[in-house]
Amino acid sequence: MMKKSFLAALAVGLATSTSAFAQTEIQWWHAMTGANNDVVNRLADEFNASQKDYKVVTSYKGQYADNMNAGIAAFRAGNAPHILQVFEVGTATMMGAKGAIKPVQEMMTEAGEKFDPKAYLPAITGYYSTAKGEMLSFPFNSSSMVMWINKDALKKAGIAEIPKTWPEVFEAGKKLKASGQTTCGFSNAWAPWALVEQFSAWHNVPMATKANGLDGFDTEMKFNSPLHVKFLQTLVDLQKDKTYDYSGRDSRSEGRFTSGECAIFLTSSGFYGNVKANAKFDFTSVPMPYYPDVTGAPQNSIIGGASLWVMGGKKPDEYKGVAKFFAFLSDTDRQARLHQESGYLPITKAAYEKTKASGFYEKNPVLQTPLLELTNKEPTENSRGLRFGNMVQIRDVVSEEIEAALAGQKPAKDALDSAVTRSNQILRQFERTVTK
Amino acid sequence: MEKRALFSNKLLPYMLLVPQLIITLVFFYWPASQALWQSFLLEDAFGLSSEFVGFENYRTLFQQPEYYRAMVTTAIFSSAVAVLALSCALLLATQADKKLKAAQAFKTFLIWPYAVAPAIAGVLWIFMFHPTLGTLARPIKATGVDWNPMLNANHAMLLLILSATWKQISYNFLFFLAGLQAIPKSVIEAAAIDGSGPIRRFWTIVFPLLSPTTFFLIVVNIVYVFFDTFGIIDAVTGGGPAGRTTTLVYKVYADGRLGGDLGGSAAQSVILMVIVIALTAVQFKFVERRVQY
Repeated sequence: MMKKSFLAALAVGLATSTSAFAQTEIQWWHAMTGANNDVVNRLADEFNASQKDYKVVTSYKGQYADNMNAGIAAFRAGNAPHILQVFEVGTATMMGAKGAIKPVQEMMTEAGEKFDPKAYLPAITGYYSTAKGEMLSFPFNSSSMVMWINKDALKKAGIAEIPKTWPEVFEAGKKLKASGQTTCGFSNAWAPWALVEQFSAWHNVPMATKANGLDGFDTEMKFNSPLHVKFLQTLVDLQKDKTYDYSGRDSRSEGRFTSGECAIFLTSSGFYGNVKANAKFDFTSVPMPYYPDVTGAPQNSIIGGASLWVMGGKKPDEYKGVAKFFAFLSDTDRQARLHQESGYLPITKAAYEKTKASGFYEKNPVLQTPLLELTNKEPTENSRGLRFGNMVQIRDVVSEEIEAALAGQKPAKDALDSAVTRSNQILRQFERTVTK
Repeated sequence: MEKRALFSNKLLPYMLLVPQLIITLVFFYWPASQALWQSFLLEDAFGLSSEFVGFENYRTLFQQPEYYRAMVTTAIFSSAVAVLALSCALLLATQADKKLKAAQAFKTFLIWPYAVAPAIAGVLWIFMFHPTLGTLARPIKATGVDWNPMLNANHAMLLLILSATWKQISYNFLFFLAGLQAIPKSVIEAAAIDGSGPIRRFWTIVFPLLSPTTFFLIVVNIVYVFFDTFGIIDAVTGGGPAGRTTTLVYKVYADGRLGGDLGGSAAQSVILMVIVIALTAVQFKFVERRVQY
């Protein structure tokens, strides 16, 4: 073991020949490109300049899936990074790998770093915590799903008020179609995230048993409830004349909003930068619509994005450095600035309050929409987060079945039943591979 | 009389083979045996818990209707791509083989697409045919066709076949052209003097003489469609809509790399390996007999 870590340290030393030997290096593997990559590098530089004992070294390892696979492969080879950025759907896989990871809260306490779990926004940290509320990974870039509105198009179609509920959205879609200015009434990106995951949380109905998997890996899917079926069947009916027009499982069709084709579009709040740069019309974002006849709706939305996992088997001194870095990231001023500059959601309550008090949201209401959704109500077991093993596969299965229903191959009920059966098989398989 | 090189030293011939054998063992047999071993295991992504489950991964696989659908999809996709890529390339090669002005430039342009990476090719095609953003999707829609590869499986499959074919035509073209140039002109001229027209000359002389090239290309094209197309599929359709463009190799990629199901993915690669070995063996046993070298 000693030998292995010595070799790893040697390799790291060789790779970054500028490092001084007195400093402990912290490897941070991430998946951020463009402006977000600059954010990562700037945070590391600022941290490195703020103290002398530790040095955070960032490396870009490809997109989310690539980065996670690189981390896993490195762990199997015995030289994992200290910090690995993992997208939200990888949460259960990371959590299931006891021994491969070091829970963040445990690490912070052991390192003697000041850490108050209550300082963080529960709707964000809940997604990355155990059922008891122990924080497992550190939220980094978080977003939520919001409804983007092309105000000019709505005005032209004679829609006076921005729709708040699903029935109002359906009506607005029909009016938009009738006004002849769009081929599509309303649409969404990220089909499984929007139509099943967010929909369930926002209506406070379970997507699965055991608090959506947070209470145990023996969770079973339940998203074929009458409410889910009614919603999907409505979309299927509206797809026929393109009042609703499907836009795929990922974000590749988000351009349909900025080009003006779809005037009502549900997608990530992180879409903001793109809209600001490309939309040639008056736009805004509002909370997701809901069915008013469902008691408790709207509840709160769940997050998407990625968090930072600390890998297991490192030296206590290295964990001290990671803990220091996370404390540095949690700093109120830094969080507030990060949020206002990058559009990531702030993770601490103090940073949110500070931004609110500064009057920032009056000028940028769009950036507050996801926060209003996330903090709408105290999260319940249906809306705290999701923890499903092999979730990438589950999302594929859900997308496949939704597409089958929308293409008219089967009724909504059959599609959702089949999605539930197939997802459960995936869950059972994962349950068996989890380290006991 | 066969030619034989005689080695006085018994060890020397083996020594000379060693480098090649090592490469084959390290880069082919070792990974293949790893995949075989992995296919009998149920393991988490980190390799922390590993359980020997025998043939369970295979059993699970054959219980999924999706797996059989992927087989059918693969059969349709591979035969369409192979036939289209070969026939288009042959047509282009026979045309380029004529005495043309700027024939050299013509040939160079036809070879270029091969230099494009599969994923990039996929992105190019999706940009052209994306239902709302695509430059070519608009004229298609203007003709009254409700072009939507995002929900219509036939449209998605068509798009995929076109992109995968486009990518492979250059490669086939190159070999066909070389094959055509190797055919002695005297044979063709003799046939022309005997009064056979260009089409008859092609089918009775050129095509049979090209058969070694054609056979080689059939094998290569099948292997290409079976193994090399997941980049294109990932970029163009992501296996959708409703899993209708998920081929066997894309499923291996999606389950293993994206889904983290290593055992199931390994079992699929083993099956895929067996299928391709069987296909190639069949080609060598039956098709090759009719090839005239």
